[in-house]
Amino acid sequence: METKNIMIVGVGGQGSLLASKLLGHLLMSQGYDVKVSEVHGMSQRGGSVVTYVRYGEKVYSPVIDKGEADYIVSFELLEAARWLPFLKKDGQIVTNTQQIDPMPVITGVAEYPEDLVNKLKATGAKVDALDCLSLAEEAGSSKAVNIVLLGRLSHYFDLPEEAWMQSLEANVPAKFLDMNKKAFELGKNFAN
Amino acid sequence: MEKNANKQLMLGNKAVARGLYEAGVCFISSYPGTPSTEVTEEAAKYDEIYCEWAPNEKVAMESAFGASLAGRRAFCAQKHVGLNVAADPLYTMSYTGVNAGLVIVVADDAGMHSSQNEQDSRHHAIAAKVPMLEPSDSAEALEFTKLAYELSEKYDTPVLLKMCTRVAHSQSIVEPGERTVPDFKYEKNIAKYVMTPANAKKRHPIVEQRTADLIAYAEEAPVNRVEMGDTKIGIITSSTSYQYVKEVFGDSASVLKLGMINPLPVKKIKDFAAKVETLYVVEELDPIIENHVKQLGIEVSGKDLLPICDEFSQTLIANAFGKEVPASSTIEDQIPGRPPVMCAGCPHRGLFYTLKKNNCTVLGDIGCYTLGSAPPLGAIEMTLCMGASIGALHGFNKVRGQESEHKTVAVIGDSTFMHSGMTGLANVAYNQSNSTIVIVDNSITGMTGHQQNPTTGYNIKGEPAGKVNLEALCRAMGFERVRVVDPYNLDECDKVVKEELAADAPSVIISRRPCALLKYVKHNPPLNVNTDKCVGCKSCMRIGCPAVSMKDGKANVDFTLCVGCNVCSQLCPVGAFESQEKEA
Repeated sequence: METKNIMIVGVGGQGSLLASKLLGHLLMSQGYDVKVSEVHGMSQRGGSVVTYVRYGEKVYSPVIDKGEADYIVSFELLEAARWLPFLKKDGQIVTNTQQIDPMPVITGVAEYPEDLVNKLKATGAKVDALDCLSLAEEAGSSKAVNIVLLGRLSHYFDLPEEAWMQSLEANVPAKFLDMNKKAFELGKNFAN
Repeated sequence: MEKNANKQLMLGNKAVARGLYEAGVCFISSYPGTPSTEVTEEAAKYDEIYCEWAPNEKVAMESAFGASLAGRRAFCAQKHVGLNVAADPLYTMSYTGVNAGLVIVVADDAGMHSSQNEQDSRHHAIAAKVPMLEPSDSAEALEFTKLAYELSEKYDTPVLLKMCTRVAHSQSIVEPGERTVPDFKYEKNIAKYVMTPANAKKRHPIVEQRTADLIAYAEEAPVNRVEMGDTKIGIITSSTSYQYVKEVFGDSASVLKLGMINPLPVKKIKDFAAKVETLYVVEELDPIIENHVKQLGIEVSGKDLLPICDEFSQTLIANAFGKEVPASSTIEDQIPGRPPVMCAGCPHRGLFYTLKKNNCTVLGDIGCYTLGSAPPLGAIEMTLCMGASIGALHGFNKVRGQESEHKTVAVIGDSTFMHSGMTGLANVAYNQSNSTIVIVDNSITGMTGHQQNPTTGYNIKGEPAGKVNLEALCRAMGFERVRVVDPYNLDECDKVVKEELAADAPSVIISRRPCALLKYVKHNPPLNVNTDKCVGCKSCMRIGCPAVSMKDGKANVDFTLCVGCNVCSQLCPVGAFESQEKEA
């Protein structure tokens, strides 16, 4: 099969490393060759962060380039727009509708663009937007945004629910498992 | 498809750590630096390996050398610029050789994701005349680590293992193996290990012979691998560039994949060149393989097609070779940038606000606090390398005298101060410049992800350890004026900075408060803005806190980020920030 590409984008500190760890575990358990590439260090301090997840029969490059992503999973709306050029034609965006002002907006030298979901849709991209922060809080913790997003992403994958649950169990602490399972279901079953 | 039964998805750096475990390494000493840090952190999880954080890379490498001399396999890791610090022992260890195997990771950062320059450490391998291996994924990272120890002992040399960000910080599949521990006796050998001029003179020809032997090895080494495909295009490549080349060309080009980057083979390259119509070298950063090929009198294309600056990707290579690249779309709106910022509650913020308010010229250093150069604080005016703030301040004050002495400061973190700030401080004390040095002590090495250091009182495993007392150290060096301030207290900060800049004597200000991200730090509840009181004057916006923004003309606090540090409320002229505890 052709190599598939998933980009996970967000703001440093939002929990994207756990999301990529879980996806990597899941795809490996399905027998795929997998590469996951992340950036550590300075950009993690509240900057724009991106993680690449690639899987298929044989994966060479660890990174995803412009026009190559089958999925962009975004923790924050502006970040979905920033990384849009990386989306493949007909690619799918799954995004949190949460907005976090970057420093240039906070200091007033730039403006946060309005109506981004519709602007993304206008480019022909398929956009699935949901308020993951509210759903995460409903599940029991504002920190579960990453799992809500993965739950929503699972909607587009032809993989047994069992496999997702096993990866969840392997990657989150036991005491938070029930809460994360709930977050996963809330994301998965969200009705747009 | 096979089911990946015994295999693991592993970070490149973790795979190196696994290789160290399997190779029977007994001693590791490193200084953290992105993208090399996780090698040592992951190795420290194996109880069989002694691991430590050293104050700097030079000390780490010398300690590793001592362990090798004593007869146990040893290791140290650093980022590219860290190898500059450790270059002194490295270049002479090339002459002494080793007893038990000694392997050194150096991690380059093409693209400068978290670095101050984009130097190519292959130059160090060539200049120090030591072999360098270069893996292209996690499986090779594990395999090459073990191979490096065999080469180190067989050829009596330290071996460099070169990582780069995309190999170090990418996960791919590896198959772990078993650990075996070789033991070598220590024997006194003055001619080999005491590098006086007379002894070193005898060792140099041995180094040259070793390089010749290693070239012979490179001709046959399985890590220098030919993958013949279509012969119209032949590409010599290594590291992550190999992965991009395979992604773009598959079998539609022939590839010579070099796993050993120093010394480079001669015959193998000539043979490969003879089999292909047009020869290319695809390598990130400097044209090192390319220049070698040209020296052999072979026509080759490389940096005429591909850039020296920044990292590569599959699309960059496809573009350079005139291949089609995928289309992509954008929206019309300008997307505001999202640069990294000091975290909400970062103790450095109050200090930089104070320095800016006092119109100080700030010479900075390497760490999270380098972010004090970013708007709206924009306080730092120079950052060069680890420890440079203090040396630079001394020179600055010596030539500008009184004009700068009462308004210029150096700002350096606790870990960076222990790394290479102490010697600069000794120079200020010795050669007497009226300099004011601020040590921002957040009780951790922050930027690289929370590593312990000699001032924290804990070792790499989090167990109690020795603790350097910064105040006592500065006094012992001859500083009579040593002050400690809490950067969350703006009035106190302002008073102390004014007093120490005014004084006609060198001084040290220790701005002390633990990093807000440390697990043991207890946070206050988030603040709340009383919108009836807030007059929208934006005084609170001067500190650039990511938790504070303006909403409908009033200040607004993001409760998911705010840790209640109260720095913003000290700037508010009308007392609009309220603790949620008070409300209840």
